Amino acid sequence: MRHMKIEKAADGFATLILDNADESMNIVNDAFIADMAEATAAIAADDSIKGVILTSAKKAFMAGADLKQLVRGYSKQEAYAFSQKATQMHRAMEMSGKPWVAAINGLALGGGFELALACHYRILVDDAKAVVGLPEVNVGLLPGSGGTVRLGIIAGMKTALDLLLSGRTVAPAEALKLKIVDEVAPGDALIDHARAWLATGPAPVKPWDVKGWVPPQKKGMTVPEDALAYTLAAANIAKKGYNTPAPLAILSCVFEGLQLPFDKALTVEGKYFAKLLSDPVATNIIRTSFISKQAAEKGARRPAGVAKSEVKKVGVLGAGMMGAGIAYVSASAGIEVVLLDRDVPTAQKGKDYSVKVQGKLVEKGKLTQARADEVLGRITPTDDYALLDGCDMIVEAVFEDIGIKADTTRKAETVIPPSAIFGSNTSTLPISQLAQASSRPDKYIGTHFFSPVDRMGLVEVIRGKQTSDETLARTLDFIAQLRKTPIVVNDSRGFYTSRVFRMFIFEGVAMVEEGIDPARIENAAKAAGFPTGPLALLDEVTMELPVKIVDDAAGTEGNTYTIESGLPVLRKMIGMGRGSRKAGGGFYDYPQGGSKRIWKGLAEHFPVAAQQPDQDELKQRFLYAQAMETARCLEEGVLETPQDADLGAVYGWGFPLWTGGTISYIDTVGIENFVARADQLAMKFGDRFLPSAWLRNKAQRREPFYGEAAPIKEREMA
Amino acid sequence: MEAYIYDHVRTPRGKGRPDGALHEIPSVQMATQLLQAVRERNALDTALLDDVIIGMAQPVGEQGGVLARAAVLQAGYAQTVGGQQIHRFCATGLDAVNLISAQIHSGMIQAGIGGGVESMSRTVMGYDSGAWTADPTIAYTNHYAPQGIGADLIATLDGFSREDVDAFAVESQNRAAQAWAEGRFKGAIVPVKDVLGDVILDHDEHMRPGTTLDNLAKLKPSFEGFGKAGFEAVVKDRYPQIEELNYVHHGGNSSGIVDGAGLVLIGSKEFGEKAGLKPRGRVRAYANIGSEPTIMLSAPTAVCQKALRSAGMSKDDIDLWELNEAFASVVMRFMKEMDVPHDRMNVNGGAIAMGHPLGATGAMLVGTVLDELERRDLNTGAISLCAANGLGTACIIERV
Repeated sequence: MRHMKIEKAADGFATLILDNADESMNIVNDAFIADMAEATAAIAADDSIKGVILTSAKKAFMAGADLKQLVRGYSKQEAYAFSQKATQMHRAMEMSGKPWVAAINGLALGGGFELALACHYRILVDDAKAVVGLPEVNVGLLPGSGGTVRLGIIAGMKTALDLLLSGRTVAPAEALKLKIVDEVAPGDALIDHARAWLATGPAPVKPWDVKGWVPPQKKGMTVPEDALAYTLAAANIAKKGYNTPAPLAILSCVFEGLQLPFDKALTVEGKYFAKLLSDPVATNIIRTSFISKQAAEKGARRPAGVAKSEVKKVGVLGAGMMGAGIAYVSASAGIEVVLLDRDVPTAQKGKDYSVKVQGKLVEKGKLTQARADEVLGRITPTDDYALLDGCDMIVEAVFEDIGIKADTTRKAETVIPPSAIFGSNTSTLPISQLAQASSRPDKYIGTHFFSPVDRMGLVEVIRGKQTSDETLARTLDFIAQLRKTPIVVNDSRGFYTSRVFRMFIFEGVAMVEEGIDPARIENAAKAAGFPTGPLALLDEVTMELPVKIVDDAAGTEGNTYTIESGLPVLRKMIGMGRGSRKAGGGFYDYPQGGSKRIWKGLAEHFPVAAQQPDQDELKQRFLYAQAMETARCLEEGVLETPQDADLGAVYGWGFPLWTGGTISYIDTVGIENFVARADQLAMKFGDRFLPSAWLRNKAQRREPFYGEAAPIKEREMA
Repeated sequence: MEAYIYDHVRTPRGKGRPDGALHEIPSVQMATQLLQAVRERNALDTALLDDVIIGMAQPVGEQGGVLARAAVLQAGYAQTVGGQQIHRFCATGLDAVNLISAQIHSGMIQAGIGGGVESMSRTVMGYDSGAWTADPTIAYTNHYAPQGIGADLIATLDGFSREDVDAFAVESQNRAAQAWAEGRFKGAIVPVKDVLGDVILDHDEHMRPGTTLDNLAKLKPSFEGFGKAGFEAVVKDRYPQIEELNYVHHGGNSSGIVDGAGLVLIGSKEFGEKAGLKPRGRVRAYANIGSEPTIMLSAPTAVCQKALRSAGMSKDDIDLWELNEAFASVVMRFMKEMDVPHDRMNVNGGAIAMGHPLGATGAMLVGTVLDELERRDLNTGAISLCAANGLGTACIIERV
């Protein structure tokens, strides 16, 4: 037993202390399950042990399943066997003939809370950070070793469905109220309380192991209230779309489980779990939202050999929406901020954003006024470049114009120290070109934040031709200070995120051009899992913006930032004065006091065709257009890793998480299938869907992007 | 063999609420009293009957356990008369008539009674729930949405406004009021008696004669809550052309919740001769069909076309139509799709005015159209109902 130890005591109450030897947290994996089986057997066989206190030597009780193990790709049979092993582990505890009490000394999530649920009694430490819950739904799974069954019985259908489907965790007071723990105790008295409970001589038998126990919903659907509750629950999960199988599997586990004898319910739950774990959706979600994200935040892309750095003072140039947001997140991270714009009132307006955002947080009780004032105190609004003296980092967020940016760069560089890094928040302009205005292009880098900066976690870091390793490393250190997720890409127009995102909106516009019913376009995008339809998005960002980027690129040498279809639609809309919501309405009308409705006049200018395509084809077009452009980015070396591609897509512009991201989506479809279908789409809709020779070769070799990715250095750079 | 209609009866429809007149009358008693009425009106030797099929949309609790057999015995019919219970949601009553006819057509039986009973005040709608709505796997995969959502979806797709559906409802009230005033239902109505044998209800209790557009305009749409609870998302996945659902249906333009029962006596020519009865009509064709289940209520067009084909008729050969007024939009869509004029459809009003005792309605409509054909001296009538989960049933009758 490497990950736990048994401590016996004179009173006969042994303590089983979980202490993972390899990780900072206790986690459920094969090694843990094997240790638990051994410990449980030893305890059952030892007559001197009268009861067991289960606790942890770590700060947390247990974090849950080892997601690194789960992401390896399970067959249905392997997944079922894994769940059954964990299920047996819990049953062995329950039926060991000795009472088990969980002394939950810190957070207990997922498999950790399932372990606690398998104990005969649960005492939770009275600490707001010691939350408990079963958040598996968030990674596309369900608690598959008795979690849905035990929670359903202990807390009842309603509470169980709420906790399981939302994945929310609860603090001690609520956990007690919901009866998912039996007692809350101060940290220093936790073990004493556990001992005291054992001393009462409790029967070591769970209710469901008492003869004559009846499953709570044995009457099933003959209880109309229960039946209706499930009907409504099924509709409610439909709101989240039809792409992620976990919510339905959870609902079915509770529905079926509460009608079945306990062990049969566990079997059914294990089968639903196996279905989910062997489905690529769960793997996609876990890999991108957990493994790749954490790795990126821990510096997966940080060049080695550069000393760790820290930004103490940042200059934010331009106090517009982006500059204001960057100033706020920087100040929140404890960094001194000089927020510069053409005059003080404009700069002050940028600072006011922090006042506004923090005001709301204070109102909600999520932030103290003192702490908010501290953050505000760090932001100096100014129009004086001299104040940039001493900045170790600059983030330039002025108007997207090469001339204006060059001027700003030169002015700043007269003041800032030679060692300072100059980051540009441009979303499309080539970094290497912008760097020409810099006297130290090796210190020049792209730092592309997303709007609203305080809510969007991604930063797209763009290496120019001359950007040094040190500059990249220090930029990533700065982003880590901001607690944001970086991806690193190479220079090209639109870089990665803007370049691929344009494929989404223009695919929508191309559909308008083809005469596809706008409601179908928007619904297809949402059904595929995008948060907003392309037409609604265009109304928000303005149609002028993407058109300007394309026009700006048009004159440049070797331009590939082109658009195959849809551009005339946008030009016509702009010409009619319907270029955005700001302009009073675009693809939609925005009636006062009502919700937006598709503009009735749209059909006059872009008649809806009599024959409408299958909705699945529309969904595929959105996904394929972006995945194909992403593959090009990898081929050209704009992207270096599939992880950057997936993180950028999911966290940059809301590419649906169930796919794992643009590249995971290709692997999910299967690269050969992807290429074959893309060829069909290219025939019908244009070359933007046409696979390159590079991708075809990959497909021929059946080489997925994940698993057998070639080392970066070997790949040709464009 | 031909299947002839010899008689039909129905109870008045009581409000399907605890304060409704029929709330104290058990379902089996409604059926029993109608069976007794059929016997007495026709001086019928019940030993000539082979089978009684009585359906209901809630075949559980007091309406379960093959209510037909219990009622046959309670009514004092010959013990040799069989009994059977069926369930095809709202189309049950018509399907019971069709199945009796089909048994006669096939030569399996000589005579029988088909119909339905529903005490909506005594049972709970959804009591029989079942997998289609309540098993999450089925409900989610099959895109289940409540009927009212389907009705609003039809209105949205077909562009029926709130005023349109309300106007239809007002017309239903006007027609029903006139039909009652002129005694057009008199031949079919069997007043319901209580324990003491006194008449407890002799008229349709649910009607609101004099209803105006203004009255209806005050009512709030009924199904928006369901829509927002998630069914709008369900519907949009099946009908992506929908931008927003237009919630137009409410209690005033949807079928009323009522208690009631209806039966139709059908037999072969030989049966009529033996019983000394004169046939009033014959069942010429019948059909069942399934259609897209999320919109749920759009089967009538397809099932009527199917029945017409099977009868070798076209829609213009039908003199009068009865399509259950489950919701205003259901009948409005049918008239539009089939190009049937309103003055040949539900000429004596429908369930919006008089109520829809789920499993019983189909049998009542057979009687309604037959009586009206006789009154107007016309020949052919078609009856249809939409039913849950996309089902639909139709029947074509003609006078002899």
